[in-house]
Amino acid sequence: MITLQINGEKHQIDVAPEMPLLWAIRDIVGLTGTKYGCGIGVCGSCKVLLDNSPVQSCMIPVSAAEGKKIVTIEGVSENLQLLQASWTALNVPQCGFCQPGQLIAATALLDKNSNPTDEEINEAMIGNICRCGTYQRIKNAIHRTVELKNQG
Amino acid sequence: MNPIRNISRRTFIKSVGLASGGLILACNTSVFSDKEKDENIDLANFNPNLFVQLNSDGSLILIASRSEMGNGVRTSLTSVIADEMDADWTKVIVQQAVGDAKYGDQNTDGSRSVRYLYEPMRKMGAMARAMLITAAAQSWKVPVTECTAENHYVLHSSGKKIAYGDLVEIAKTLEVPTEITYKNPKDFKYIGKKLRGVDVEEYANGSAIFGLDKRLPNMKFAAMQRCPVTFGTVKSFDKTAALKVLGVIDVIEIPRIEKPFGTLGGIAVIASNTWAAFKGKETLKIEWNFGDNATYDSEKYMKQITENVHKQGKVGKDVGNVNKAFKNAYKIVESTYQLPHLAHAPMEVPNAVAWVQGDSCEVWAPTQDPQSARKEVADYLETPEDKVTINVTFLGGGFGRKSKPDYVVEAVAISKAINAPVQIVWTREDDIKHGYYHTVSSQYLKASLDKQGNVTGWLNRFALPSIASTFSPGVDYPAGFEISSAANVPFDIKNMKVEVGQSPAHVRIGWLRSVINIPHGFSQNVFADELAVAAGKDPLEFRLNLIGEDRIEETEDPIKYNTARLKNVLKLAAKNANWGKPLPEGHAYGLSVHYSFYSYVASVVEISMIDNKLKVHNVYTVIDCGQTVNRDTIKAQMEGAAIFGMSLAFYGKITSKNGAIEQSNYSDYKMIRMNEIPKVHVEIVESTEIPTGVGEPCVPVIAPAIINAIFKLTGKRYYNLPLSDYGLV
Ligand code: FES
Ligand code: FES
Repeated sequence: MITLQINGEKHQIDVAPEMPLLWAIRDIVGLTGTKYGCGIGVCGSCKVLLDNSPVQSCMIPVSAAEGKKIVTIEGVSENLQLLQASWTALNVPQCGFCQPGQLIAATALLDKNSNPTDEEINEAMIGNICRCGTYQRIKNAIHRTVELKNQG
Repeated sequence: MNPIRNISRRTFIKSVGLASGGLILACNTSVFSDKEKDENIDLANFNPNLFVQLNSDGSLILIASRSEMGNGVRTSLTSVIADEMDADWTKVIVQQAVGDAKYGDQNTDGSRSVRYLYEPMRKMGAMARAMLITAAAQSWKVPVTECTAENHYVLHSSGKKIAYGDLVEIAKTLEVPTEITYKNPKDFKYIGKKLRGVDVEEYANGSAIFGLDKRLPNMKFAAMQRCPVTFGTVKSFDKTAALKVLGVIDVIEIPRIEKPFGTLGGIAVIASNTWAAFKGKETLKIEWNFGDNATYDSEKYMKQITENVHKQGKVGKDVGNVNKAFKNAYKIVESTYQLPHLAHAPMEVPNAVAWVQGDSCEVWAPTQDPQSARKEVADYLETPEDKVTINVTFLGGGFGRKSKPDYVVEAVAISKAINAPVQIVWTREDDIKHGYYHTVSSQYLKASLDKQGNVTGWLNRFALPSIASTFSPGVDYPAGFEISSAANVPFDIKNMKVEVGQSPAHVRIGWLRSVINIPHGFSQNVFADELAVAAGKDPLEFRLNLIGEDRIEETEDPIKYNTARLKNVLKLAAKNANWGKPLPEGHAYGLSVHYSFYSYVASVVEISMIDNKLKVHNVYTVIDCGQTVNRDTIKAQMEGAAIFGMSLAFYGKITSKNGAIEQSNYSDYKMIRMNEIPKVHVEIVESTEIPTGVGEPCVPVIAPAIINAIFKLTGKRYYNLPLSDYGLV
């Protein structure tokens, strides 16, 4: 038995310890907002926050996530919800599939850096592919979130 | 006869899943594409395919027949009806239609959803509005002329008003009007305006259900190992190791189905979770009969088709006398362009959930074409189509891949075999290695110039494995639809010849966002740039001259093509980019212009090169796609197309050795990432012409514009893609 703490809830699951966190979240716990895109850590679709750091959940065995705080796209975090509002306001998503991963990466960025430059945004988001090409809007939505926060 | 009917009280409406009780208007959109039928519509067998339902709580339900895959279709169509109806945008609920012939052609490709449904939607909206106004007038006992509609209310000149929902009961009993008036386009509130996508919130909070996210009680997960060589088959396999993987339930063989959208066949691993299925698949030991395609070497193949375009081919078009023009030329220019296969690589891999029960089957799948999925499934199960339900989920990208339902058939085959609901999931590697690839091409272009730099003759000879080969095995020349976009090149050239060279297919060839316009848009635009250089002219001026006088070109198509609109987008793109004005040191512009899917598109790109590394700074794209429905969706599609075009220009390349695809994942089939993006500036021409394609036509202009800009900056001409092969990115 492995205990995962996802979005503040504890889940006891009975799986092989090497099962990637991604599949435990999607297929065992049943939270499908976290996406599979590549399975080898290069697309970012599967990103979740693990003790506040963005990780590719397809690369982390569940055993390594035990005892850590996991936040997924369905979770609660101040920056995540603010970013989601900007995503909606600016019509960021096209097909939408990559967006949970993008939002998690952006959340992690704003958690650490309250006023990122374009360069810093690029650096934080470089691991996330959007095949639909929504990058410019993602960037704009991050900037908008920061501006709204700064206005208080 | 009226093609739209009030069917509020008919029982069969339940069969499409609408709750009863509201005012329900239905129509059959096919009557809009055929004026004849409008007169003879068979009311007894009225078979509607578009539904609008207004409920007494004011909610307005619309059945969307097209798939949502990032193209904003659900938003665009909703906005049309809501506008004509004077409805409140926030009260609209979109329901996804299951795959069924009653919805008309549901295939979401060819950039045509809005084009086909625009008129019927407007008409239904206008009728609903008229009926609600009549209902209000009746209940107030006032003349209809004293009533108007606004934002989900009917207003009376005295100032009183009544909500749409409160009019449902009366409106239900009314005949639909025979006379309707459309809104004046200048009063449009939603059409042509920026609107929030109807699904964005679900996308942003992770609750949108894509195919991959569908779950059923007791559902199993499956992965499949297919032969590395296209159409190879299983000789023998050993499942011992796979069965030892924790979670693996069964391993079965799925035979190949020799149909365009049949499964490739292979060994399926069924498990209690996706990861176990993937793991089990890795441990399979399979012996294959590789078959005829095992010799497919894409490098050798490129040499072969290039030889074929350097000798005489089959004639596809011959106007004037090209040979004579070449003989009398002041200057001759000739070039050969080589473009590789591409894979769609939508962010969501192919997948489907199927549940076969007896002779019935229900499917949940991200499909661009639920009707063809339904047909394939019915054929596979040898059951009538009405026993098959195809539920369309959200699509995590399609780009043409998901209009080919081979993966749906796989899910059905496995579900039938194991007698349980199952989800087949392709790994990303499966997706890259077993696709329906965009064709590989070699194109030879030759042109003559006179002393003034006018083009007097133009020969385009190309070879590429045809999409037709997927449907008729053995086809080994480009098909008519692949010739036409080279033959109907919008240039005013008296002597023109198009020839095609032999080019058999060794992998499945399929359409990919903008299809044949990728190679043709590339060669035509790069070659035109070369001609401008040879003529010593500015590329913009040269190009406008090449397009020639304003004229309407007669083609076999119902939609004629207008050179004035083409020149207009080119001029606008140049103006937006400040074409001709000095740029920062080390920067240069390139341009290209292309007509496809009945839309006119031009792009100017601004680039720089530092240490031989390319950077695209700005892209200025202008589209004329007729009357716009949802401007922000169009803008988003144009932005996305620029990135899609850059990905293929920078990195797009699928190769084959010994019949096996060499790339495997986003690691070696790369995509543009955020640090590489340019600023994309977009202009949409205001127009009241009929709406035309948006999703695809902005793709083919990007790569050639980049090539032309690199030439301008460095004097070096690149003829092939991707640019990563030259170490430029
Ligand atoms: S699925 Fe984990 S990075 Fe792509
Ligand atoms: S929105 Fe489709 S992949 Fe990003």
